[in-house]
Amino acid sequence: MEESKESQKESGQAGNGQPSPESSKPRTPEQEARIPGNGGNGSSGTNVEGREEAQDNALVAETISRTVHSKDSSEIDRESSAETPPPLPPRPVNLESTDAQNTLHLSGKQARPKLQSHPTTAVSLTDISTQVNNEGIRETYPSTTGGLTSPLSVASQFNNRFGSPKSSETEDTASIKSYVPTLETGGDVESLLGEVLGNGQQDPAWRFMTAQGENQNAADELLPEDAAFEKDFQKEFKELEAINAEGTNEEAVLDAWTSRMKHFLILSAAGKPIYSRHGDDNITSGYIGIIQTIISFYQNADDTLKSFTAGDVKFVVLSKTSLYLVAISRLGESDGQLRAQLEALYMQILSTLTLPRLQTIFSNRPSSDLRRPLSGTEPLLSALADTFTRGSPPTLLSALECLRLRKSHRQVIDQTLLKTRTENLLYGLIVAGGRLVSVVRPKKHSLHPSDLQLIFNMLFETEGVKTAGGENWIPLCLPGFNNTGFLYMYVSFLSAKEDENEDESQRPSTSSSFNKEEEVAVLLISPKKESFYEMQQMRDDVVEQLQKNGSMDLIKAAVRRGRPHVTDVVPGTVLRHFLYKSKANVQFAMPSFEPHFKGLVARRKLLSIYHTLHANVHSKISHLKVHYCVSRDSISLAWTTPLFELYCVAGPSASRGALAQSANKVVQWARKEEERIFIIGGAVF
Amino acid sequence: MAARVPASARAGGARFAQFKLVLLGESAVGKSSLVLRFVKDQFDDYRESTIGAAFLTQTIALDENTTVKFEIWDTAGQERYKSLAPMYYRNANCAVVVYDISQAQSLDKAKAWVKELQRQANENIVIALAGNKLDLVTENPSKRAIQTEDAETYAKEAGLLFFETSAKTSENVRELFTEIAKKLPLDQAGPRNIRSGPRAGVDLRPEASGTQGAGACSC
Ligand SMILES: Nc1nc2c(ncn2[C@@H]2O[C@H](COP(=O)(O)OP(=O)(O)O)[C@@H](O)[C@H]2O)c(=O)[nH]1
Ligand SMILES: [Mg+2]
Repeated sequence: MEESKESQKESGQAGNGQPSPESSKPRTPEQEARIPGNGGNGSSGTNVEGREEAQDNALVAETISRTVHSKDSSEIDRESSAETPPPLPPRPVNLESTDAQNTLHLSGKQARPKLQSHPTTAVSLTDISTQVNNEGIRETYPSTTGGLTSPLSVASQFNNRFGSPKSSETEDTASIKSYVPTLETGGDVESLLGEVLGNGQQDPAWRFMTAQGENQNAADELLPEDAAFEKDFQKEFKELEAINAEGTNEEAVLDAWTSRMKHFLILSAAGKPIYSRHGDDNITSGYIGIIQTIISFYQNADDTLKSFTAGDVKFVVLSKTSLYLVAISRLGESDGQLRAQLEALYMQILSTLTLPRLQTIFSNRPSSDLRRPLSGTEPLLSALADTFTRGSPPTLLSALECLRLRKSHRQVIDQTLLKTRTENLLYGLIVAGGRLVSVVRPKKHSLHPSDLQLIFNMLFETEGVKTAGGENWIPLCLPGFNNTGFLYMYVSFLSAKEDENEDESQRPSTSSSFNKEEEVAVLLISPKKESFYEMQQMRDDVVEQLQKNGSMDLIKAAVRRGRPHVTDVVPGTVLRHFLYKSKANVQFAMPSFEPHFKGLVARRKLLSIYHTLHANVHSKISHLKVHYCVSRDSISLAWTTPLFELYCVAGPSASRGALAQSANKVVQWARKEEERIFIIGGAVF
Repeated sequence: MAARVPASARAGGARFAQFKLVLLGESAVGKSSLVLRFVKDQFDDYRESTIGAAFLTQTIALDENTTVKFEIWDTAGQERYKSLAPMYYRNANCAVVVYDISQAQSLDKAKAWVKELQRQANENIVIALAGNKLDLVTENPSKRAIQTEDAETYAKEAGLLFFETSAKTSENVRELFTEIAKKLPLDQAGPRNIRSGPRAGVDLRPEASGTQGAGACSC
C-alpha cells in the first residue's frame, strides 16, 4: 500500500485542526511560499493567510518545481527565494517510462484499446513524493480487495499517528473569514446574536473528506452503459404518477420508482416519513419501514449503520437529531460525497427550524410529524437533491464561484458596499449570474460555504423567491453561522437587462422573464427582524452608487460575457473542461460547459468523472497528488497541492502529455488571473 | 432616491396617497397569486409557496385627480411564520384576508386573522375578505365549500369589504383593491397622518412623480 514514509510525512502536516489559532501565529516563509504569486505584480502573497502547515510539502514542492518546472521559471515568483510555485504534474516522459515497470498499463495509446473492452475505469495512483525520491512512480490499482488492510484501520492509523482526523475536513469548512487577508481575529466566531459557535455547530454540509477511506469502490465504478444511462437519467427528474385508487398502475409506478437513479429519504427516528424526493407515501412507506427497521437494528446493537452497497446501489445513512437521512444512489458517488449531500439536506432543515426547535419538537413528542413545521420547504429540499443528482461543482468542491472582474473594479464595488453599509447589516452580498461579485461582512464573522449553498439554492434553484415579484424579507437560520437563531435576509433581484434608470417612484420588481444566468441580486442579511426598511434603503443606495460609478454596467457586462471557453483559457488545449479550486480562497473557477458538455446527461457524466477523481485524491489512505483516470470517453487528471486542487478532463484521444501540459497552463492562468477570478479580501468592517 | 416632495407642494389639486397593505390567510389560498395579478397582471398555475414575505408596490388611479400607491406585504401562510405577522400588519392601513372558496377550513383561518387584526392592528385598518379561486366553482359548482351568503353575512357582521375573486381569470381582483382604496381616508392623508416608519403610512406628493401604472386601472 501507499503507506510509505513519504505519505506519512504528507499526513503529518495535516493535523492543524481549527484555522483560527493558526491564523494568529506568525507566518513562516514556507507558509508564505504557498500563497500563489501574482505573476510578478506582487501585491498579494504577503497578506493572505496560509492555512496549512506544509513545511515538508513545501520542500517537496520546491524540489519538484526545480526539476519539472525549470523551463517556466518566469512564472516562479521572484519576490522571495522561499516562495515556491505549486508542484507540477510529472512530465509524461516520466510517467511513460515508469509505466513500463508496473503491472498496470495505462500509458497513453497502448492502454486504451484494452480498456475499451473493459467496462471499468482504469485508475492510476501517482504519488509525487514518491517520484521525487527517485523510486519511480508506483501505480497502485485500488482494487476492492487488492491486499489492502481494512481501509478504516489504515485511516485510523494515520489519524492516530499524525494528528486530528478532522484535518482534511477543516480545509473545506474554511470560511471566508479564514482566507481574508485583512482579518486578524483568531478567536471564536462570535455571533451577532450573542451566541458563540461550538465546534459541532461549525460542521457545514460540505464535508467531502469525511469518508474514512471506505470509498475505495468509487474509483472502480464506471457509469452504466451510455444508452441505458441516458434513458434513465432523462427520466430522473420527472414526477412519478400517484398510484390510482384501483391500484391498477401500482406495479408500473413502483417500477418507475425503483428505476430512479437517486433517492433521498428523510424519516424521523420513530419512523415517520418526512421527505422523499420521488413518490408519495403510498410508494415510499414500505421502503421507509424497511429502512427504519434496518437502521434501528444496528442502533439496538449499539452500532451505527453508515452505509452499505447492494449491487451497483449505494445506501448512505446519516443520523442527526432524531432524523435519519438516507441517500440511495446508482450514480457512483463515494460515501463521503453522499454523506455531504445528506448533510446539506439536514442543514436545509435546520435553516427552516433551527436546531433547538428541531430538538424541542422531538423531545416533546418523538412521534411528531415534521412535515407540518417544514411545510412549504419541500421545493428547497428537492432543489438541493436535484442539484446533487445533476452534479454540482460548488457542492463537490465545497467552494464558491465568483464573477470574474478586474481587481480594481471589484474594489470599487467593495468600497461602495462599505460606504453604504447600514447599522444592522451583518452580511451584504452582490450575486450575479449565480456567482458571487462582492461580500461585505464584519471582521469577526465568517461566511460559510454551506450557508451560501442554502441561500443560492433558495434564490436560484427554486421559484419561491424569484417569482414573488418584488423584494423579499426572509427569516432563515444559517446553520454554519449559528444554528440556534434566525437571521433576516433582504433580497432584491435586478435584471441584467433592466433599464439603467428604473423609475424611481416605483419599487424594484423582479422581471417576469427570468434567466438564471443573467440576474443580479442584492442580498442584505441582518439579525434584526424589523430592519427591512433599513436594508431596503441600503439596497437603494448601493444600486444608485453602483450605477453612478459604472460598476453596475461592468457587472452586467461580465455576466453577459459568461464563463470563458476552455480554449480561451488555454488556446488549442486538449482539455474539454476543468475545475480549479484555490484552497486558501475556498473558491473555484471553471470554464463554460459548452461546447462539450451541453445538456443534462453530458453534464452528469462530466461531474461523475470529477466525483471519481475527487474521491480518489481525497481518500485518506491514498494521499495522492496526481491522479490520472482513463475511461472509454475521456482521460482525466486530478492534481492537488497545498494551494489548489485541479481537475481536468480531455477527450479519449488526448495523450497524457498533452493533458499534463494543459493542466500546467490552467494553473498558470489561475495564478495570473487570481485576483480577477477570486475574491481576495473583500469588504470587511 | 427621489426626494420626497412635501405635501404642500401638491399641484393642481392632484392627490397622491400611499398606503400599506398586508395580505393574510392560510397557505395556498392564493395570496401571492392575487398580488401578482394585481401588480403584474400575471398568473401561474403552479406557484411555489412564498418564502418569508414579499414586498411589492402598485399604483392605481382612482380618478383623474387621485392616485393611490399600495405598498403590499405578501406574507407566507405557514404556521412557523405566525410570530412575524405583527411586523407586517402593525402599521398597515389595510389588509386583504384571503380564503379559498373550495376549502372549508380556510375560512376559519381567515376569521382568526380578522380577529387578530381587529385586536392588534391599527384601529382604522380597512379589512377586505377575499374568497379566492372563484373560477374553480364557476367551472364546477360542486367544488364550492363555502357559500357566498355565509361569507358575506360574516363579512357584514365583522365590518369587512367582501369579494369573491379569481386570480386566475382576474375576476374582481382590481375591484377588490379599488374598493379598498376608496375606503381609505384619502382626505386625511396629509402631514398629520404621521408616518411611523420610514415608508409606512401615508405620503403625499404630486401625481407626476408616481403615476406608473396609474393608467392601467380599467375600472
Ligand atoms: N384555479 C385557481 N387557482 C389559483 C387561484 N389563485 C391561486 N391559485 C393556485 O393556488 C396555488 C396557491 O397559490 P398561491 O398564490 O401560491 O397561494 P398563497 O400561498 O396564498 O400565496 C397555486 O398553485 C395557484 O396557481 C385562482 O384564483 N384560481
Ligand atoms: Mg404566497
